[in-house]
Amino acid sequence: MSFNNLDTLYRQVIMDHYKNPRNKGSVEGDALTVDMNNPTCGDRIQLQLQVEDGVVQNAKFTGEGCSISMSSASMMTQAIKGKKLDDALNMSKAFSDMMLGEDVDTESLDMGDIEALQGVSQFPARIKCATLAWKAMEKGVQE
Amino acid sequence: MDVGAIREQFPILHQEVNGHPLVYLDSSATSQKPRQVIEAVDAFYKENNSNVHRGVHTLGSRATDQYEGAREKVRKFLNAKSTAEVIFTRGTTTSINTVAYSYARANLNAGDEIVITPMEHHSNLIPWQQAAKATGATLKYVSLQNDGTVSLRDVRETVTENTKIVAMSHVSNVLGTINPIKEITEIAHQNGAVMVVDGAQGAPHMKVDVQELDCDFYAFSGHKMCAPTGIGVLYGKQELLEDMEPVEFGGEMIDFVDLYDSTWKELPWKFEGGTPIIAGAVGLGAAIDFLNEVGLDNIAEHEQKLADYTMEKMRTIDGISIYGPEKRAALVTFNLDDVHPHDAATVLDAEGIAVRAGHHCAQPLMKWLDVSATARASFYLYNTEEDADRLVDGLLKTKEYFGDVF
Repeated sequence: MSFNNLDTLYRQVIMDHYKNPRNKGSVEGDALTVDMNNPTCGDRIQLQLQVEDGVVQNAKFTGEGCSISMSSASMMTQAIKGKKLDDALNMSKAFSDMMLGEDVDTESLDMGDIEALQGVSQFPARIKCATLAWKAMEKGVQE
Repeated sequence: MDVGAIREQFPILHQEVNGHPLVYLDSSATSQKPRQVIEAVDAFYKENNSNVHRGVHTLGSRATDQYEGAREKVRKFLNAKSTAEVIFTRGTTTSINTVAYSYARANLNAGDEIVITPMEHHSNLIPWQQAAKATGATLKYVSLQNDGTVSLRDVRETVTENTKIVAMSHVSNVLGTINPIKEITEIAHQNGAVMVVDGAQGAPHMKVDVQELDCDFYAFSGHKMCAPTGIGVLYGKQELLEDMEPVEFGGEMIDFVDLYDSTWKELPWKFEGGTPIIAGAVGLGAAIDFLNEVGLDNIAEHEQKLADYTMEKMRTIDGISIYGPEKRAALVTFNLDDVHPHDAATVLDAEGIAVRAGHHCAQPLMKWLDVSATARASFYLYNTEEDADRLVDGLLKTKEYFGDVF
């Protein structure tokens, strides 16, 4: 593997989300709060969701982790904002499929920048980094 | 010590990973296995496999001889007084849990204390948390010096007459700190406490003499010292082990079994319920032979040189933080500014260099260091200065790569 292969993992847009995370911070007012960590590596995220009438009105996160986990959280919050809970869960399913290396139509699901994370599927050791935020979201929605 | 010849003994090292010759720097997680260990396990299954301590048949005798022969090798390796003091377990975690379940729960009461340090691996921390909860004992910590060492003065202040157990790692798996076990054991004994040593990072790398250390228990894993996974050892002083109840009950560990009561075999077998890890023990015996042939003192000297060389080289990298004391075992835990350790480990992997990234099963220590994770390069007898050079080159490339993509 050369650095060219690394570029399939570390796409520019991922680095942008890592360096300038969207929706980082805490929401004001009541919110559903989910804490999740990856016990094998120490990455952790706190996700806050404000849901009204089955629609995600606001989503914010705080946490610590690698470029993949933090950029994934940034992209995820961006993608689910303004979406119905069902759509958010569908996105999560699509994201899991993407991590399994399956072709996923991210455009029709309106998943924003998330396609940039497709390369993670080629780095099995890093898939859990990418899915952490999504798992937190799923847990929050199920609650 | 001829490292080139030693490397020849490790088939796994001679491969390319991601287009580069493998540099394996994760031996603190698990070591690689030399040919003679792999062949000993292979030969056991091909020629002698049978259960131990039962069948009258020839294979049964051969398997028992090999299994008990391995125990004698471990006894010599540790300079224990008797094979009654050498219990085969699944590894360090099981060994420490055996003490925490059997000894601690029987001997601790409310008001008693267990003393450990913040540098402990989870396997020498959580068993004591649980034992404290179960008995009402208090878990106390000896604070660390700024450089990640333990001062004997602090140990003296923390250990009191209420302390019943002092548990400490021989060598920290994160900081590389080598703890003065002999002196700490003395302090424990002066206060009437027993000394439990987590030797997972000690026994593979230096000569251990349990009589000289005078510790009461010493736990280690085979897989970190060239043996297979799944085999480990609990050394314990015979007079303590005699009074301890088994933790696992069933086959192999009994003397007489009645409908409503049973009695146990003598030491060490009363702690080895169920069919033991026979091939693993055979592999551990072969690993001890191998390490003795090279010489533990030679290994320690080689690793010391490598540690000094690596530290000196790594220190020249701009924006690197290295954790732990100056005098250390052959492992370096570090972070690069603005690069998460997972990302660094991924770039190094692309260069064929295997390092560990994460919390290293030491979350309280990560808090003490005020980091969420770190990267660690750990060395063993088969590593060379060239490996250290490749690591440093890889780290420079990592910086360059992340400098570029940002």
